[in-house]
Amino acid sequence: MPDLGDLYQQLIIDHNRNPRNFRRLEDANRMASGDNPLCGDRIQLFLKVEGGTITDIGFQGSGCAISQASASLMTQAVLGKSTEEAEALFRAFHEMVTGPRDKAPDRQLLGKLAAFAGVRDFPARVKCANLPWHTLKAALQGAEEPVTTE
Amino acid sequence: MSTAQRAAAPASRPESVSAPLDVERIRADFPILERKIGGKPLVYLDNAATAQKPRAVIDAIQRYYREQNANIHRAVYRLSEEATREYESVRARVARFLNAAEAREIVFVRGTTEAINLVAHSFVRPRLGPGDEVLITAMEHHSNIVPWQIVCEERGARLRVAPMNRSGELLVEEFEKLLTERTKIVSLVHVSNSLGTVNPVKELVSLARARGIPVLVDGAQAAPHYRVDVRDLGCDFYALSGHKLFGPTGIGVLYGRAELLEEMPPYQGGGDMILSVSFERTTYAPIPAKFEAGTPHIAGVIGLGAAIDYLERLDRSQIAAHEADLLSYATERLSEVPGLRIIGTAAHKAAVISFVLEGIHAHDVGTIVDQEGVAIRTGHHCTQPVMEFFGVPATARASFALYNTRDEVDALVRALFKVREVFG
Ligand SMILES: Cc1ncc(COP(=O)(O)O)c(C=O)c1O
Repeated sequence: MPDLGDLYQQLIIDHNRNPRNFRRLEDANRMASGDNPLCGDRIQLFLKVEGGTITDIGFQGSGCAISQASASLMTQAVLGKSTEEAEALFRAFHEMVTGPRDKAPDRQLLGKLAAFAGVRDFPARVKCANLPWHTLKAALQGAEEPVTTE
Repeated sequence: MSTAQRAAAPASRPESVSAPLDVERIRADFPILERKIGGKPLVYLDNAATAQKPRAVIDAIQRYYREQNANIHRAVYRLSEEATREYESVRARVARFLNAAEAREIVFVRGTTEAINLVAHSFVRPRLGPGDEVLITAMEHHSNIVPWQIVCEERGARLRVAPMNRSGELLVEEFEKLLTERTKIVSLVHVSNSLGTVNPVKELVSLARARGIPVLVDGAQAAPHYRVDVRDLGCDFYALSGHKLFGPTGIGVLYGRAELLEEMPPYQGGGDMILSVSFERTTYAPIPAKFEAGTPHIAGVIGLGAAIDYLERLDRSQIAAHEADLLSYATERLSEVPGLRIIGTAAHKAAVISFVLEGIHAHDVGTIVDQEGVAIRTGHHCTQPVMEFFGVPATARASFALYNTRDEVDALVRALFKVREVFG
């Protein structure tokens, strides 16, 4: 039986209540939106990428605690990182929430993002945690269409 | 009582309210209710999505596969004749269940969705021209919206939507104003799956029929709760799904007045729906076979028959009274949860309660109550326009059936307090 406390960690509850970088960037040069219409999770991501580095990031959106906290923590994690480093985080995050149970997350690399390790035990919620990350990837690749993880 | 209220009464009037329903005995008929979810008893409150199956239904399906399996309508050997007899006897029982005039007015389909699509394509499409209109209501399930959009788009016709008020009640005067000489069909839900509203179907049908407009009623959520009498309602078509009626998935019913079914072209072509075929010309079988191309879901039909027999053995007025008690008890208890708002507060409601918890998304609510063994639905319930109307992205929904109890309502309320705790 998965433990609820593993999913709704204090850090996640806190970032849901007080999302960080929750703003629209007026001078963004990369943007993407993510939408899980079945859930009603929605995020819009704004990035400023200069010389291969994410120098500013903001998001807006609405949805469940998992999707909103994931977006908030993601913006903190990738700010100041190179786009390659951000993509490496994407892969590590993705692996953590969808990979096999016995594989421990790379806490060194993931830092606070490891709070989402418990999502793996709630298959219906994996798409909520992943949505901001897929949106980030779309923004970095300059995708035009909204992404979805449903 | 206002006309609206009177007409909103369930499809049948409870005969006389007798002794309360023996819920414990009914629960014993549903094997799944013994299940534990993570060590806690299953509290199944997602009956509007699909209902659980009594042993009688499970056994009937098993018996068919173990003892009677053969294709129907095709062979002279006894096994096939027996399967055919069983299959056709369910048609007659469904006709009685809905008080249809004749068994041939019952067409077996996959479910409500297919029933509506069948009517949209075979009945409405050929009569729909540019500028014509199809009228639905603001509280329809996607399955009673999208098929009409498809045929309207193709024919240059227009989909009109009768509005509702903030309680989730249809505005009957507005509905009436939308009935014009351009209206080629009215298709409306009997009981709303996301709001619980029971529409005054009989009154609405008579308003449309008085103007010569045919009416399809989406009865997916009505048949499990109320006795449905299609001739009393006066509708032309009535659609329902077996799986919401304690029967199997993959089987449903379209009732259509014989006169209309007879003039409609087939929906699909294939075996079983023909009298004779040559490469030059095919003669179609009479109704209902004309609409049942290919090998049907025989086991599903037999399971549906068992579900109907099960319901018919119970006193439906007792069921209605029990569900009304659950609705009022749950409405009262849910109001104790801080920040809880019920969406859908029609004066006449079935035992369906949609709600939102202030500051907490429905999916978080669903995940947390599931940890307590409570199964409720969260999301838009295939009624996105309804969510939009109420300005919510999603709701949580508890929907009750005959086997639910007040204790289960208490379990839901306890679980919701837990949600509040997690979110601090
Ligand atoms: C009111 C209503 N109409 C139509 C449907 C579609 O039924 P089915 O999916 O069984 O075809 C449903 C089921 O969710 C419903 O609640």
